[in-house]
Amino acid sequence: MQNKRSLEVILNDCNNVITLSSRDQMVRRLLSLLGRGVLFSITSVAALAVLAIIYFIAKDAIPFFQQVGLKEFFFTKSWYPTGEPAQFGAAAIFVGSFLITGAAVIIAVPPGVFAAFCMSDVLSFNVRQFMKPVIEMLAAIPSVVYGFFALVVLAPLLQNHGGSTLAMVWWILALPILLLGSYVAGDLLTPEKLSHTAVRACRIVITVVLMTLSLLLIRSVGTLLLGLEISSGVNALNASVILGVMALPTIVSVSEDALQAAGRELREGSYALGATRAETIIKVVLPASISGIFSAVLLGVMRALGETMVVWMASGNAAQVPKPWYNLLEPVRTLTATIAGDMGEADQMTGSAHYHVLFAMALCLLIFSFSCNLIGEWIVNRQRKRLRGE
Amino acid sequence: MKKSLLLVGLIAGVMTVNAEQKLVMDGSTTVGPIAKAFAEYYMRENPGVNITVSESGSGNGAKALLNGSCDIANLSRDLKDAEKAAMKEKGVEPCKHVVAFDALPVIVHPSNRVKGLTIDQVRDIYTGKITNWKEVGGSDRKIVVISRDTNSGTFETFMHLVMGEDAKIKESAEYTGSNGAVRQRVQMTKGAIGYAGLGFVDRSVKPLSINGIEPSADTVVDKTYPLARELYMFTKGTPAKGSLVEKFLDLMKTEKGEEIVEEIGFVPLGAK
Repeated sequence: MQNKRSLEVILNDCNNVITLSSRDQMVRRLLSLLGRGVLFSITSVAALAVLAIIYFIAKDAIPFFQQVGLKEFFFTKSWYPTGEPAQFGAAAIFVGSFLITGAAVIIAVPPGVFAAFCMSDVLSFNVRQFMKPVIEMLAAIPSVVYGFFALVVLAPLLQNHGGSTLAMVWWILALPILLLGSYVAGDLLTPEKLSHTAVRACRIVITVVLMTLSLLLIRSVGTLLLGLEISSGVNALNASVILGVMALPTIVSVSEDALQAAGRELREGSYALGATRAETIIKVVLPASISGIFSAVLLGVMRALGETMVVWMASGNAAQVPKPWYNLLEPVRTLTATIAGDMGEADQMTGSAHYHVLFAMALCLLIFSFSCNLIGEWIVNRQRKRLRGE
Repeated sequence: MKKSLLLVGLIAGVMTVNAEQKLVMDGSTTVGPIAKAFAEYYMRENPGVNITVSESGSGNGAKALLNGSCDIANLSRDLKDAEKAAMKEKGVEPCKHVVAFDALPVIVHPSNRVKGLTIDQVRDIYTGKITNWKEVGGSDRKIVVISRDTNSGTFETFMHLVMGEDAKIKESAEYTGSNGAVRQRVQMTKGAIGYAGLGFVDRSVKPLSINGIEPSADTVVDKTYPLARELYMFTKGTPAKGSLVEKFLDLMKTEKGEEIVEEIGFVPLGAK
């Protein structure tokens, strides 16, 4: 009985809708259009903001290239924007930016990806629920706090006990990794077409030889590091370490998502075929989620490249190419720090080339991050196609 | 309707009262502490007055005065020709007020054996001609050259007083964003050399004598210390009689004002 009544109500409503006057219909259509329009414009604000930023940066960057030229900017390394005459060679600054970013990525990617594997495939659900927010909390620390830490804690440590600190870090990291590595390598290098005892003997010999070699390597590098004198604690290494820590939560979080997305079926299939956990991780989960990990790394790169406050405080801001170029123990200057540090003085009223050169740098940064983004998209797409079997 | 009108009126009223009693200062990190101490004292004496002091560097201070975002610009150097020209173009007539004298001590780590340098030696260290402390009578240690960033008046003054027209600071010199950061870097780094305002030099670093003269209030006032300068506050035009800006700037000519300046570590005008 009740059902019948509610059905009637619905039918009535339907009738009402159907019997709308044409004026009401018009109003409804207009409202719907308006709603769509509002939603569309809200969505396009983000896209428009990007376009506007590109436009305004390019507008102020192009006068610099007209005044000074690409050649001086990219290929000379005398950075004296306030000198008489002013020189705008930014090669050293580009080198500084890439050096710090590269080192930060090298520092952050291996632990970040390992942590992601650990959380997705090794730790129990409860521990992971606890660990992930803790690691992501690293991203919540303001960058000036990181910078302060770099200046007050890390810089004196590197200056006063630089050699011993680096040697200690090297021992702690290299010893387990290289020993484990030689064990695994011994396993892999042993030829399989031998008799059982021969295989065992061969494996032991190879492993022992590799372990001895790596111990020697660890010791000699350790002694080398121990003897290092670091004259200034604010240098590329300091900034890279801090940037690496800052990029870590991004890399961990995004790669962990990618590993999760590989799916339970894949893992269970692998286990069902008799694979161990290590084999499952390396041979099944990693290939399936490699594109996600790659985008995590790219996001980390962009985080490190765009960071300003930390490099301004921790990198020393010396516009020089270190000798040799990969020497992380010398102060360097980055694009972001130059823009932040020089913007106050380089006003339009005090020397316009200095003002425009900062926009030229901003444009270059923008182009780098765009290309990173595009490469990331391309790789993800390609991977997706491959997984679909196209 | 009436109510909302009343509310609007009330808000407008409050806003105008605030506007009358508000003073915004911006500029040099060297003059900043003086401005802050003055502001604190003035606000205590005159409740209801709100003074904000920002420290974004002399260059930014001049810019802020030009575009009207501050009432008083603190500068640790005089206005540059380009800045003056830009102000003229916009119809702003800058009015200069000397607040205090400052010396630019060259500072090193307390453990450094070197007691003094000549200006030429300082210049050679900053250009990179001298790279080891043993060349100027110290121990065998690499010199770590630390400079203020190009946005600071301290940097401009240093360039003007020490480096001259042609000399360039060497590429490997480190740049830091504030006087405090220079002191921080020097007190932590054994081979460091840096420069900062007189008010920032404490026991944690060692000031060097320049051309044989120690930086102090006396040597600054009698102008024997070669690296000394005046500190300025700039206003838009001569401040009107009885305005907040005028009353505030009068403070530095009083005994209390000079006391404050001295307390922070600068040399007051009266000492002259």
